[in-house]
Amino acid sequence: MKISAIVTLKKDVLDPQGKVVHQALNGMGFNNVKEVRQGKYFEIDIDESDKKKAEEKAEDMCKKLLANLVIEDYKIIGSQ
Amino acid sequence: MNSSVIIFPGSNCDRDMDVALKKFGFKNKMIWHNDTELPKSDLVVLPGGFSYGDYLRCGSMASKSKIIESVINFAKSGGLLLGICNGFQILTETELLPGALLRNKHSEFICKNVFIKINNTENNYFKNIKKNILELHIAHNEGNFFCSSDQMKNINDNNQIAVFYCDKDGKINDNSNPNGAFNNIAGLFNKQKNILGMMPHPERMIDTYLSGDDGSIFFQNLITNLK
Repeated sequence: MKISAIVTLKKDVLDPQGKVVHQALNGMGFNNVKEVRQGKYFEIDIDESDKKKAEEKAEDMCKKLLANLVIEDYKIIGSQ
Repeated sequence: MNSSVIIFPGSNCDRDMDVALKKFGFKNKMIWHNDTELPKSDLVVLPGGFSYGDYLRCGSMASKSKIIESVINFAKSGGLLLGICNGFQILTETELLPGALLRNKHSEFICKNVFIKINNTENNYFKNIKKNILELHIAHNEGNFFCSSDQMKNINDNNQIAVFYCDKDGKINDNSNPNGAFNNIAGLFNKQKNILGMMPHPERMIDTYLSGDDGSIFFQNLITNLK
């Protein structure tokens, strides 16, 4: 089963990369952009056919490695 | 005094640290990240560099490497554990130190000399140190110290701030903060003060002809305290 997960910086954590991307977009003429926040996307192929079990495993991976919970949030966004 | 420097793939200050430790009298051993046991050590160092290419987050992969369990056990039993730069990042990723090191506020890799002010001398690292403002080198992209307000409260309650970024006169303010770190924090202790993580590199300042001598003050003081 393939699990998709995203990891994003918490709202109150400064995101200088997102800020630079935002500035670049402005420079390209995209003037209506209010904010850009950059994150990470993971596709995890797990040898597990039970969706619930696969998602639980992926969640454990997020907690233990993929996200640093001091600064980041994670979300399982899909499984197929 | 015996020391051990852990080498991860991508470490690049491990040999500088080896030279520095030996210069001031440590018998140092280099330990590969895939080893599982530490030799008998009075000091263990996690050196600077870009362990595992900074993949995922700086220090995150190193914090799961084979040697780390021994390093954690060593530190939890009171052993002196020093993390410099990437080593500091590894210490936060292992949760031996609180908080995290974010990308620098102005999105720049910073490579320059800075001044740091020692905040706490009741520990083996800084006890009796002859200067309380040191000029050291920094070279990092992710040195912007961040933590939750609960963590900050604990850090203050337990007097865990080791060193602040300051100017040459010791003033701690926004102008002397190179990377946006919370409260100008350049280095932290754990609660027991046997673990020290800091962004500045004392091992780069041990030769007056090349750089400066304030790193020498740090290492000389450390080994004197341990004898």
